[in-house]
Amino acid sequence: MIREEAEIAVVGGGLVGAAIAWGLSHAGKRVTILDEGDDAFRASRGNFALVWVQSKGLGMAPYAAWSVRSSDAWARLAAALKDESGIDVAHQRPGGLMLSLSDSEQEQRVAQMRRLHNQPEMIPYPYEVLDHARTKALVPEIGPEVAGSIYCPLDGHVNSLKLFRSLHAALAARGVLYRPSRPVATITRDGTFIVAGSWGELRVEKIVLAAGNGNARLAPQVGLYAPVRPQRGQVIVTEKAKPFLNYPLVTVRQTDEGGVMIGDSLEEVGFENVVTTAVTATEADRAVRMFPLLAALNVVRTWSALRVMSQDGFPIYDQSVTHPGAFLATCHSGVTLAANHAFDIAPQIAAGRLSDDLLPFSARRFHVPQAA
Amino acid sequence: MFRRLPEAAGDTIAFTLNGTRMKACVGDTVAAALLAAGLAYCRTTPVSGAKRAPYCMMGVCFECLVTIDGVGNRQACLIPVRDGMQIETQEGARAIAAEAHA
Repeated sequence: MIREEAEIAVVGGGLVGAAIAWGLSHAGKRVTILDEGDDAFRASRGNFALVWVQSKGLGMAPYAAWSVRSSDAWARLAAALKDESGIDVAHQRPGGLMLSLSDSEQEQRVAQMRRLHNQPEMIPYPYEVLDHARTKALVPEIGPEVAGSIYCPLDGHVNSLKLFRSLHAALAARGVLYRPSRPVATITRDGTFIVAGSWGELRVEKIVLAAGNGNARLAPQVGLYAPVRPQRGQVIVTEKAKPFLNYPLVTVRQTDEGGVMIGDSLEEVGFENVVTTAVTATEADRAVRMFPLLAALNVVRTWSALRVMSQDGFPIYDQSVTHPGAFLATCHSGVTLAANHAFDIAPQIAAGRLSDDLLPFSARRFHVPQAA
Repeated sequence: MFRRLPEAAGDTIAFTLNGTRMKACVGDTVAAALLAAGLAYCRTTPVSGAKRAPYCMMGVCFECLVTIDGVGNRQACLIPVRDGMQIETQEGARAIAAEAHA
């Protein structure tokens, strides 16, 4: 049985855990990451790689500001990672588009953006409503069915697999210990936290739960609450083609290496990550109606992955009252929010306390007295 | 580098490679015709720009991608060469814009 010690344990080595561990290391902490193996349900290997702002925060204005903040800090994260790992994660921020395939779809999107921006405490950010002609001026390849779009200059994208690799290379270079194939079963206390599994145990002063959907099971062991569930997304990727799409869309984007990713489906199917033809066919059909030239491309892969979804869709950041030193971070936007996790969440955890600015993200928001 | 077996010679057809007229035997795949013609490489990779040539000759390695009659990323080892085919080496990622409007 393995017996080890560290200052802080981060449970979960995906994008959320890796970004926080990287920030903790920069704060001078001695960190060990406990991760599952390659068979883990890992959102970080399947996500769509957007750094996205528009459309986020309807129902929670602070989430919109939080997304803007991370989008603003992303270039700094990309530069730091390139410096430490030598890997360019291909961060670009040309602004992003949401395309509508009918007038009613466009009206719905516009109404949603108005509602989002009319919320109390909302800090407005720039966006433009574009008709077909103005959309075509930005992306000449759109098809005749495109009714219009919404453009937000704060949106961008990265190569998320390179991001994942870069974070882990930087962690290794900084001396952060990464321990794969160590799923955590129990977390107990006897002065320090004892994080244990069938592999052995790790004793730490602080613990950060960044285990994605695993947080639902682990949180109650340290007096926290994480009502998260898996939500499946299916993605198609085409063969590499010469660059033609200069702006990421929420459903279609061309990667830095030329492949076109098509996706953004949402399904409630539990812990099930197979691909279904009905969903990918619908995604492909909509993508081809947006960009008819995509019909000429061969599909090389399809996959699905599980988002980590809370009841209201917003992130949860929390610290335990009953178990001081235990923290939790969970969200479905590990790419977009990576800069905040590295530059905001990690230093606060290192200092021992989450800022009051993060109170809206506490899981206490779910403890609403049930009406009769 | 490659030589045909003496008994393998058959009727010849003509195709173009990057605009240059070349000959092949009926029954050749595009990859076989290109190798017999002494081609040094058939494509450069989209990511690093490295040169690649036909390798597995059975459709699994995707190294032999070329542009055939204007369509990029065709597997040369799986396609029989035909008279009048216009074959081009593929530099980097395939283009899609021109074909889509055709």
